[in-house]
Amino acid sequence: MSRYRAIALLPVMAALSGCNLVVLNPAGDVASQQGDLVVISTLLMLLIIVPVMALTVLFAWRYRQSNNTARYEPDWDHSTQLELVIWAAPLLIIICLGAITWVTTHKLDPYRPLDRIASDKPVPAGAKPLDVQVVALDWKWLFVYPEYGIASVNEMAAPVDRQIRFSLTASTVMNSFYVPALAGMIYTMPGMETKLHAVINEPGTYKGFSSNYSGAGFSHMRFNFLGLSNQDFDGWVSKVKSSGGSLDRNAYLALEKPSEAVPVQHFGTVDPKLFNAVVNMCVRPGTMCMSDMAAIDRAGGLNAGGKAAADAILRANTLAGFPDTQATGLCTVAEAVEAAANSGAVQRPTVTPISASASPAGPQRLANP
Amino acid sequence: MLETLTTFLFGRLSLESFPYHEPIVVATFFAVLLGGIALVAALSYFKLWGYLWTEWFTTVDHKRIGIMYMILGLIMLLRGFADAIMMRAQQAIAFNGSEGYLNSHHFDQVFTAHGVIMIFFVAMPFVTGLMNYVVPLQIGARDVSFPFLNNFSFWMTVGGAVLIMASLFIGEFARTGWLAYPPLSGLEASPDVGVDYYIWALQVAGVGTTLSGINLICTIVKMRAPGMTMMKMPVFTWTSLCTNVLIVASFPILTAVLVLLSLDRYVGTHFFTNDMGGNPMMYVNLIWIWGHPEVYILILPCFGIFSEVTSTFTGKKLFGYTSMVYATVVITILSYLVWLHHFFTMGSGASVNSFFGITTMIISIPTGAKIFNWLFTMYRGRIRFELPMMWTIAFMLTFVLGGMTGVLLAVPPADFVLHNSLFLIAHFHNVIIGGVLFGLFAGIYYWWPKAFGFRLDPFWGKMSFWFWVIGFYFAFMPLYVLGLMGVTRRLRVFEDPSLQIWFQIAAFGAVLIALGIGSFLIQIAVSILKRRQLVDVSGDPWEGRTLEWATSSPPPGYNFAFTPVIHDNDAWWDMKKRGYARPLEGFRPIHMPSNTGAGIILAGISTTLGFALIWHIWWLAAVSFIGLLVVAIGHTFNYNRDFHIPVDEVVRTENERTRLLSGQV
Repeated sequence: MSRYRAIALLPVMAALSGCNLVVLNPAGDVASQQGDLVVISTLLMLLIIVPVMALTVLFAWRYRQSNNTARYEPDWDHSTQLELVIWAAPLLIIICLGAITWVTTHKLDPYRPLDRIASDKPVPAGAKPLDVQVVALDWKWLFVYPEYGIASVNEMAAPVDRQIRFSLTASTVMNSFYVPALAGMIYTMPGMETKLHAVINEPGTYKGFSSNYSGAGFSHMRFNFLGLSNQDFDGWVSKVKSSGGSLDRNAYLALEKPSEAVPVQHFGTVDPKLFNAVVNMCVRPGTMCMSDMAAIDRAGGLNAGGKAAADAILRANTLAGFPDTQATGLCTVAEAVEAAANSGAVQRPTVTPISASASPAGPQRLANP
Repeated sequence: MLETLTTFLFGRLSLESFPYHEPIVVATFFAVLLGGIALVAALSYFKLWGYLWTEWFTTVDHKRIGIMYMILGLIMLLRGFADAIMMRAQQAIAFNGSEGYLNSHHFDQVFTAHGVIMIFFVAMPFVTGLMNYVVPLQIGARDVSFPFLNNFSFWMTVGGAVLIMASLFIGEFARTGWLAYPPLSGLEASPDVGVDYYIWALQVAGVGTTLSGINLICTIVKMRAPGMTMMKMPVFTWTSLCTNVLIVASFPILTAVLVLLSLDRYVGTHFFTNDMGGNPMMYVNLIWIWGHPEVYILILPCFGIFSEVTSTFTGKKLFGYTSMVYATVVITILSYLVWLHHFFTMGSGASVNSFFGITTMIISIPTGAKIFNWLFTMYRGRIRFELPMMWTIAFMLTFVLGGMTGVLLAVPPADFVLHNSLFLIAHFHNVIIGGVLFGLFAGIYYWWPKAFGFRLDPFWGKMSFWFWVIGFYFAFMPLYVLGLMGVTRRLRVFEDPSLQIWFQIAAFGAVLIALGIGSFLIQIAVSILKRRQLVDVSGDPWEGRTLEWATSSPPPGYNFAFTPVIHDNDAWWDMKKRGYARPLEGFRPIHMPSNTGAGIILAGISTTLGFALIWHIWWLAAVSFIGLLVVAIGHTFNYNRDFHIPVDEVVRTENERTRLLSGQV
């Protein structure tokens, strides 16, 4: 029986060896640990799955009706020892797997900075991770490199063996950022920011895509992830820098419009606050940032100390070069300030706590002037 | 002026809403139209309308309602499978620059409809149908607690199915995936009627499901035959009880979350929008707090079926009845503590992810115990490989694989690389086909002779079995491989040509499954033609163990002339062993509920209300809402609710059974 099965499996094995099981053989250390975990967990469970399948076939065959030699005990329906075994065996496996789960989930938490760049290489002391800001647009990927002031669409590059620190968000609908060779996926959600830490260990061109359905252009929402040597990466950066395009807010608003199967684009300069504005959904001039709205609320709303906050935001916005020219929608800065002024509320003496407690985009903006 | 009038009369509905420029849809429409005309003509020619109305549509008999649920499930299976094979065909050819034959507008509707239909309108009706048919018989009751409610529940489920089918020809269906996550399902990303069809189809059907859950809980708790304590209930009744508890506790969450989504879409609230304080993550949490118990709603009754089938066809008492019951209850409770494993990749902290990962794994312990219990029921048995037992063995071998990949996906870092991939698709089809569907087939073959008095033809049944099982492996094992190659779900076109062979193998598997479904339909037709050869007059063709086999096949309207008294959890086996003699005299009139048309009328109006809301036809919505209230209140004044079956008729029915039984001997 088992010999026949092995023969039957041969073509499958042959076919499998021909294809690239990237999840099990990735080129990045994080994905590689995750791939190993897939294998280890599977093997652990096979300890119980294989005997169960074998026993099923064995009992089905042995106790078939036509086999008169097998024992028949129609009233045998209980055995405390056996019950103990059949509850304890899966329990033991799950205890092992549960322990592995607890440890690896914490170790491979995407929010946790890496402590190694490969199984035998710790992260060098003082090494600065490469920051990449990712925006999932309809239906393409935008990558911003704040350290280099450049951006690219549908192409991402990273030097090998350097930790990459992703900050991710989306423009309109939920997507999921996934480069199987690099690391596990993470959702990108509008108005929210997620994090991912990873490293690529071998140079090469790898596939990246959205792994959460997001509408009509979803199938074409792919990009190449380039793992490059340090020199090649510097070359890529200068190539992008020299490409000339500039990603300011207006360029972003044009780029944001839905489009499918978009070719690679490079931007030599990029608005340094663009990503924060995307996360806070205030790229369009005159829109109030969510962090600011939250800061006003935290200060007690427009009635209490909010006027001061709204004033500060308006000043910050103006100084930062976002004149409030268009009143779009309910929550423009001007409206907020006006409402605060009309409310005749008692002004609180200070807005310091707001800046101290607000989310990253808020305090930076408030601290700007 | 004219425009205002048409907008008032038809809302968003216009000539453009009909996809007359889509050849595939038009052809389907005409096929359905011709089939419909032929059916209506045949029913009229044979003067069957009156019979259908009085004996079936208005019936409150749990057995007939159960059969109608099964017919609904079968019809919707054909629709859901048509969607499946369209997807498989698209993915098998959309390589090397080919766009395939479906554009994204269609493909995205197809995969959404496939998921919604298979879960809500195939698996749910099949499961509810079997519970409806079997549970009252197994506990020695004459009907369910609320017979009218049962009829109403069924027609509400049909109403939801009608709305989904209507979306095929009027307007379009959602292009969001089967759970319609916002913001994609919000007004900005999906302004058309697709998501509204989704919402109202599920809301209308959801009312039916919830009421049916309440009804069956009440039936099981209150209407068991004397002597049947909780720990003497058949395992199928136990699993049905747990399933209906899950239904009652989880479907209101679905209803609530869909209400919030419809408020966002209809009146401009911001529960799940991106801005103004809305939070789409809340929707994802809520829908899975319903969604995870939902998969146990489907699988638990099937576990019950396997328990009944295994002990019947091994000729043995079920091994470990008590631990089986406790395992079921533990699964019921744990199924509420695992929902987050559907979105580990949303960025929750490591401790939260670990918690939900480990609770998920813990479910595999009672599930594993169940598998072992079936295994040791087979041990030292005398196994008869009739069709229900064949499906059970196929289940045991297939389901453990699906369970294993499920536990694997419960390890968060492993899920990070496999989530949303075709590996996940392979996993849940492995448990839903290998568990739920195989269980439903086992149940259908097992109880068919009870429902109709003749067995199903074994030859075509075996054809169907082998096509289904082999087809399943061909269709879904390649998806595991593709998932490990990093291929994600819901893709319409592909770049990498090396993937194509795997999709072609999967498409071949789907063709085999199509043959399996075809064989099943042929089997039913052949069996009906050969019903005289396949007849069973004993009412107990499988040497059954539980109470449903004590009465005739099909059972009389009142199920049992005398309510039996129970001494053992294999009640009928125990009665046979102790030389039970069927009472032949002393019959009394039997009190039964009367048929009523209120259920189908209420459901029809609800469906109209849903349609009006989908298309923003506000006058029709108002009229049907008032109509709904009027009919519902009117129904409360119907005092003609019950009647007594006269003694003469009971005597005649029972004497006929005596004659058949003696003729057999």
